[in-house]
Amino acid sequence: MTHYDEDRLAALLRVLPPAPRGWVTAAQELPLARRGLDEIVARAEADAEFRARLVADLEAALEAEGYERDPAVLEALRQRLAGG
Amino acid sequence: MEDVPAESATAAELVARCRAGDQDAWRALVERFSRYVFAIAVQGFRLPEHAAEDVFQEVFARTYEHLDRLRDDAAIQPWLAQLTRRLCIDHLRASSREQLEEEPEPDVAEDTFERLDDALAVHEALAELPEQCGEILDRFFARDESYRTIGELLGLPAGTIASRISRCLAKLREHFEGRNPSPNASGDR
Repeated sequence: MTHYDEDRLAALLRVLPPAPRGWVTAAQELPLARRGLDEIVARAEADAEFRARLVADLEAALEAEGYERDPAVLEALRQRLAGG
Repeated sequence: MEDVPAESATAAELVARCRAGDQDAWRALVERFSRYVFAIAVQGFRLPEHAAEDVFQEVFARTYEHLDRLRDDAAIQPWLAQLTRRLCIDHLRASSREQLEEEPEPDVAEDTFERLDDALAVHEALAELPEQCGEILDRFFARDESYRTIGELLGLPAGTIASRISRCLAKLREHFEGRNPSPNASGDR
């Protein structure tokens, strides 16, 4: 910034409106979602029956176990189950 | 680790704390840069909302996964900018391929990004202003709230908000001038 008149500062303040709250919250919760993901994968590795249920119907298996069905986690889980 | 609240930590401190697994630091990092990433996608690349949301989430997901690749913690802002721009371009190219169009070179004005960088510097300076200046200026200019709404939220008469805005803008200007005195103010050469 090379000049600081108040009109320019006001214009620059207008340039950055907040991102939608839901987007921000989802990004902030990433660590929790990733932790949940690691927990599910670890359980699937230790429990063949649980893994089979996940592979057969991921969303239903998670719901039955009380896990939150976050879309990003579902997608990441699909990839990790397919890769494992 | 330091006891500085995440909200007042520098960007470099936040990055270091995120890498150590501090969730408050991660929340603060997302909060601090969310407008910037959003603006690059929506203003810089004019992505529609659903595409901008995909890019936004992907930027932070990759940031979270790859923070250890950052060589200089203080460089998180240009790193985020670069990542967001790359993902926006990928998105535009993928969508033009889906529509069987020739891949266009994204029409992006560099001065838009410079302006966003300046805007982020101004936004960050709000946190250093006294009283409720930062909040008043943010609500009025960035959130486009009325005097009345701001007055109700902050327990101030709506009539005093206009004068507060003017006074707070002056403080903001002083903040920047104090940090980097204007060449005009210090004389020629």
